[in-house]
Amino acid sequence: MSTDKTSTTVTKTPAAENTEAAAQAVTAVDPRLLVREQGFAGYLSEFKRKMKAGDLGSIPVVLGLVVIWIIFQSLNSNFLTAGNLSDISVAMVGTGMIAVGIVFVLLLGEIDLSVGSVSGVAGATFAVLNVSHGMNEWLAFLLAILTGTVAGAIHGFFFARIGVPAFAVTLAGLLFWNGFMLQILGDNGTINLDSDGVVAKLTSYYFTDVAAAYGLALVATVAYFLSSFFGNRRREAAGVPSRPLSETILRTVLLAVLAFAVAIVYNQYKGLPLAVVIFLAVLLITDFVLRRTSYGRKVFALGGSVEASRRAGINVELIRISVFAIAGTFAAIGGLFIASKIASANQGAGAGDLLMNAIAAAVIGGTSLFGGRGRTWNALLGVLVIVSIQYGLALQGIASPVQYMITGGVLLATVVIDAVTRKTQKTAGRA
Amino acid sequence: MLLHNLPPGQAAKEMVHVSATPVLALRGVSKRFGAVQALTDVELEVHAGEVVALVGDNGAGKSTLVKTIAGVHPIDEGSIEWDGKVVQISKPHDAQALGIATVYQDLALCDNIDVVGNLYLGRELKKRGVLDEVEMERRSRELLDTLSIRIPSVRIPIASLSGGQRQVVAIARSMLGEPKLVILDEPTAALGVEQTAQVLDLVERLRERGHAVILISHNMADVKAVADKVAVLRLGRNNGVFEVKSTSQEEIISAITGATDNAVTRRAARNGEAQK
Repeated sequence: MSTDKTSTTVTKTPAAENTEAAAQAVTAVDPRLLVREQGFAGYLSEFKRKMKAGDLGSIPVVLGLVVIWIIFQSLNSNFLTAGNLSDISVAMVGTGMIAVGIVFVLLLGEIDLSVGSVSGVAGATFAVLNVSHGMNEWLAFLLAILTGTVAGAIHGFFFARIGVPAFAVTLAGLLFWNGFMLQILGDNGTINLDSDGVVAKLTSYYFTDVAAAYGLALVATVAYFLSSFFGNRRREAAGVPSRPLSETILRTVLLAVLAFAVAIVYNQYKGLPLAVVIFLAVLLITDFVLRRTSYGRKVFALGGSVEASRRAGINVELIRISVFAIAGTFAAIGGLFIASKIASANQGAGAGDLLMNAIAAAVIGGTSLFGGRGRTWNALLGVLVIVSIQYGLALQGIASPVQYMITGGVLLATVVIDAVTRKTQKTAGRA
Repeated sequence: MLLHNLPPGQAAKEMVHVSATPVLALRGVSKRFGAVQALTDVELEVHAGEVVALVGDNGAGKSTLVKTIAGVHPIDEGSIEWDGKVVQISKPHDAQALGIATVYQDLALCDNIDVVGNLYLGRELKKRGVLDEVEMERRSRELLDTLSIRIPSVRIPIASLSGGQRQVVAIARSMLGEPKLVILDEPTAALGVEQTAQVLDLVERLRERGHAVILISHNMADVKAVADKVAVLRLGRNNGVFEVKSTSQEEIISAITGATDNAVTRRAARNGEAQK
């Protein structure tokens, strides 16, 4: 980020000459301008400046994840095995999908407490339509996801149109949809899914060919390099600041190391899990929507200032309703993944700590509770932390009460980091 | 010296540097809110390349007048002429369509979005359905350069900017639609000395680029510094339009407060008439 250094001579009209204030304003260069040095040194200094300003990004959560893994590995050497890591990554997809929807809502600075119940409704809807009524499984799958969309849109309507606080609307939704699920499940309570059906396959299918995981890692690396390379070329051509080539290469190498390490782990076990591929695709698409489309820009704008958004001609109600509909949709998708994991829809679905885990995942990953800050990739990091803790404690044979307490502690630590970095950012003038 | 009282020839001579037809002219505009007569028979003319300061005490009707022009409050009586033609401004969209941009006192910027994003908020440039960040950034830098606006970077969030920098970004944002008339509501309120100067510089640059500017201000130093004409409102009525160069600050202030209109001056006027 360089800013041109040429001082501007202001042509003054006679009227202005008699004001001393105006005359003093013609200083050369404001010393506070951020002039980023070109090349790699500039990247480092920029990084240091960001750290000081409290712009920590994903660094605390990545460090936390490393610490958690080291602790559990030292307690039980089975923790960092390919099988366990692969299971963790499949188990996290259900909660992770719900957390993606939560990120959207948190970006508005709102909260959705109903996602757990809505996820249960989706699983039950699919089971009832497909198993009990014999409907085509793809149609049932689609309808199950649509129930989430509709439920979310209803919450959004009451929030945006009627003006009920989102907290209250979705709290009502939490109760209502839980009751709705129990109602449609009926007396027998649990419906087992077809173990070869589309929903069961969501978490049980693995691309066993080793080429699949390596191929995906290669495609991701090359695609990342090409898009940043040509993006930077375009920026250079337009004369706006661009990343140095060294930085692009460094990032690509880091991504390649990570992607191939993950691929090796998967290939040592059953292969590349379909659930993870779907989750990564969802993260890519939602991140693209939030950062590269005008819809995403509007979501961020609403999280920053509702009044400014309204004056800029943004349809505030429509964006709010759509964001809640998105949260409901992802809750439903997550619910289907969770039903897939246990191959049944039962009365306990969507209850317990699912809601809190999904919100915690979004927040732990670095999405601000105060709105306007965050990415859907945060959901991946956050849910990885939570599910790692769950699996690590389960390996130790520690019961769920302790799990709850530890997850609660981690969540508290994260929101403390969020609040503290926000304070640092305020003093550094960045929040 | 009231412009209204000048012989036509002299008035024209005073304004040779501006176009003949005003960009905006209000003719006998009145506005009522229930029992309150906010504006009565107000006249105002703004030419291209001219800065008209709108001054008056609190409650004089400045904000109401600006809101009638911006389309927030439609007028009750009188007419608004745009480039010499009578127009109806009944909603904010009408004003924007004509080429009127208003920068309100609360700037309405999103703190969490960077300068480029704020400049283009609600009118993002797109390329095949995707935000064209490169083009928006290039044009933002171009715009800020032509207005000689200095900010640390176009890619930092608004939260990092000072009050003056936010003000110039808000004004720059109004420039994107290439408006013919820019209305600035108290742009220097709550700004420091240097920041005020920055904003005043920007106002001058708007004039140089041929925009008509209406500047609402309580600060006489600012008004004297950049305005060509001062229109004084008092109790919802015109209380004179002054040429800034040839008017003293005291004259303007007495027009604002109505100090010229009291028992003593009325007695002097009576005596003057009696002596004739």
